[in-house]
Amino acid sequence: MGTTLAEKVWADHLVRKGEQGAPDLIYIDLQLMHEVTSPQAFEGLRLAGRGLRRLDLTIATEDHNTPTVDIDQPIADKTSAKQISTLEHNCRDFGVRLHPLGDADQGIVHQVGPQLGLTQPGMTIVCGDSHTSTHGAFGALAFGIGTSEVEHVMATQTLSLKPFKTMAVNVEGTLPQGVSSKDIILAIIAKIGTGGGQGHVIEYRGSAIRALSMEARMTICNMSIEAGARAGMIAPDQTTFDYLQGRPHAPEGEMWDRAVEYWETLKTDDDAVFDKVVDLDANDLSPFVTWGTNPGQGLPINDTVPVPDKIADADKRRATTSALAYMGLKPGTPIKSIAVDTVFIGSCTNGRIEDLRAAAHIMKGNHKAKNIHRVLVVPASSRVRLQAEHEGLDKVFKEFGAEWRNAGCSMCLGMNADKMVPGERAISTSNRNFEGRQGKGSRTHLASPIVAAATAIRGTISSPADL
Amino acid sequence: MEKLTVITGTGVPLRRSNVDTDQIIPAVFLKRVTKSGFEDALFYAWRRDPSFVLNQKEYSDGKVLVTGPDFGIGSSREHAVWALHDYGFRVIIAPRFADIFYGNTAKNGVLAAIMPMESIELLWKLLEEEPGRSITVDLQTRTVECADVTLPFQVDDYTCWRLMNGFDDIDLTLQHEADITAYEKMRAVKFPFKPKTLPAKHLPEEEVKSAREESIDWAGPLSARG
Ligand code: SF4
Repeated sequence: MGTTLAEKVWADHLVRKGEQGAPDLIYIDLQLMHEVTSPQAFEGLRLAGRGLRRLDLTIATEDHNTPTVDIDQPIADKTSAKQISTLEHNCRDFGVRLHPLGDADQGIVHQVGPQLGLTQPGMTIVCGDSHTSTHGAFGALAFGIGTSEVEHVMATQTLSLKPFKTMAVNVEGTLPQGVSSKDIILAIIAKIGTGGGQGHVIEYRGSAIRALSMEARMTICNMSIEAGARAGMIAPDQTTFDYLQGRPHAPEGEMWDRAVEYWETLKTDDDAVFDKVVDLDANDLSPFVTWGTNPGQGLPINDTVPVPDKIADADKRRATTSALAYMGLKPGTPIKSIAVDTVFIGSCTNGRIEDLRAAAHIMKGNHKAKNIHRVLVVPASSRVRLQAEHEGLDKVFKEFGAEWRNAGCSMCLGMNADKMVPGERAISTSNRNFEGRQGKGSRTHLASPIVAAATAIRGTISSPADL
Repeated sequence: MEKLTVITGTGVPLRRSNVDTDQIIPAVFLKRVTKSGFEDALFYAWRRDPSFVLNQKEYSDGKVLVTGPDFGIGSSREHAVWALHDYGFRVIIAPRFADIFYGNTAKNGVLAAIMPMESIELLWKLLEEEPGRSITVDLQTRTVECADVTLPFQVDDYTCWRLMNGFDDIDLTLQHEADITAYEKMRAVKFPFKPKTLPAKHLPEEEVKSAREESIDWAGPLSARG
């Protein structure tokens, strides 16, 4: 019997097979770090008198707490400033490569790896951050880990793990006009639920996935965790190789050829069997927007929000009622009639150059609606920002009435100053619409960059087709 | 990690069940950057109450916590174990523990000992009739001694072996050092093209200046304005 992509990558990293129910020991090719989940791990190393085993397989950046304005000024929030300065001290003391605020390569950790060419097919990649699944878009096995595990990788460059189960999500067909990869993943999560992928590595397959750019693939793998999965993967192909070639850390010359030869073997065998299989028809998809307080509570944009009384399942009815109450929505409200205060375009899900181009394309020559108080455009990394400025996208955003910001996680989780106030309603291109995620009492509708842009023009949730 | 074989110290009766990790350490302390120094955060809310058990001086140097069923439920935060450990607790005795918490104790040199509810009741009685009484926990015999009673407890063999040897996960993995080195040798030959972060390679240097020029007034959410 053949093996799946995930199983192949696992096998290539097996240091030691666990005996009698003990976990396997797996080698880690790259550990990414940021300021929030690394301090206790460094402290643990210090207490044990250990160093990092492979500084050459480790890289750090600042993203969660960094301000997106006045980046040349000291950070006002004391706890944020402390976490950032702690990372800087730790990296200096232990010799870890760091891209701090103000450096052109600083940005959200899940953008920094790919843009430097450090994220490559067939690697194992970890980070103390659940959205590490993003890197699976390159055919890497990439997943988030806890603080003890961060320290474990620092000291040993390995992890003790039981193999994950495998799940295939097949998306066949052609996406209709105005439907993007964000809509694919929101539709998948709505279909399988926020626990649907639990314990599994999802492999996204099928013609609709193959047709996507690398950036669009990253959007999909990024949100695997919102379906409960440990990781998401897409087999590498010419699109992957083209994205990588010429990046600073991509192999060169003869090494490039050897790498590609290996990368081409990284695909699921025809006779491999997945533990679970889910099918989705791309032809049927339309723009998706969430109405509730978890990423699985999403619907096509032309739908109306659910009516609890019509839901038979008691648990689901309760969950729907409380989500609607938190979101301040009446049952049966058409999604398109919902007016928002704020538009947030950014995050490791949709803060890449393609996302900014797509949003700018819709915004160009328009102005934000009167009821929209702020449109925040936050590039995923400083490089993305510089690229957007070279292309003049910043001018389009400013003329539109949007705020053009510096790179970072920003309002995705509101750990820096970019927070919403209680009751404020946003359409966001990020990945989590949990209660209070974007600020205490914040109400979040997740959507794609073009839906967010169209909403900014009309003031109510809209798709470009409505303009 | 320090080895645990025989632990003797003040026993603390915590007459509660379903103690969740939010009660053990509230979320506000997760913004801290250290792994030690969480002792003041332990049971933060309860410690504001003068009648709380740890606020009585006889119990203040507690080493063995005796508590009710389902200790450590809720969020997976490892900080809960760090706080107990930093305060001085090396053993938690309860009839039942939450899974994740149980796993986290062994990672941090704390024994989670399982005992039937009758034994817990008896220990509570003994610890309360003479506050500050000491308890001895022996991992070799898997028994607890208090006053003149001796009671057995349960712990799985693998965890017991790890605690007695003071092995943390990292130590255990480092026992396979030869396997890791062998893998690294093989990796260098078979996958010479895999990337390294050092020496650093960059795209051309560019100056990064703050992006936003103007500040925009923010009037408040839509809902607040009717
Ligand atoms: S952008 Fe949001 S989801 Fe992504 S790493 Fe930052 S906080 Fe996490």
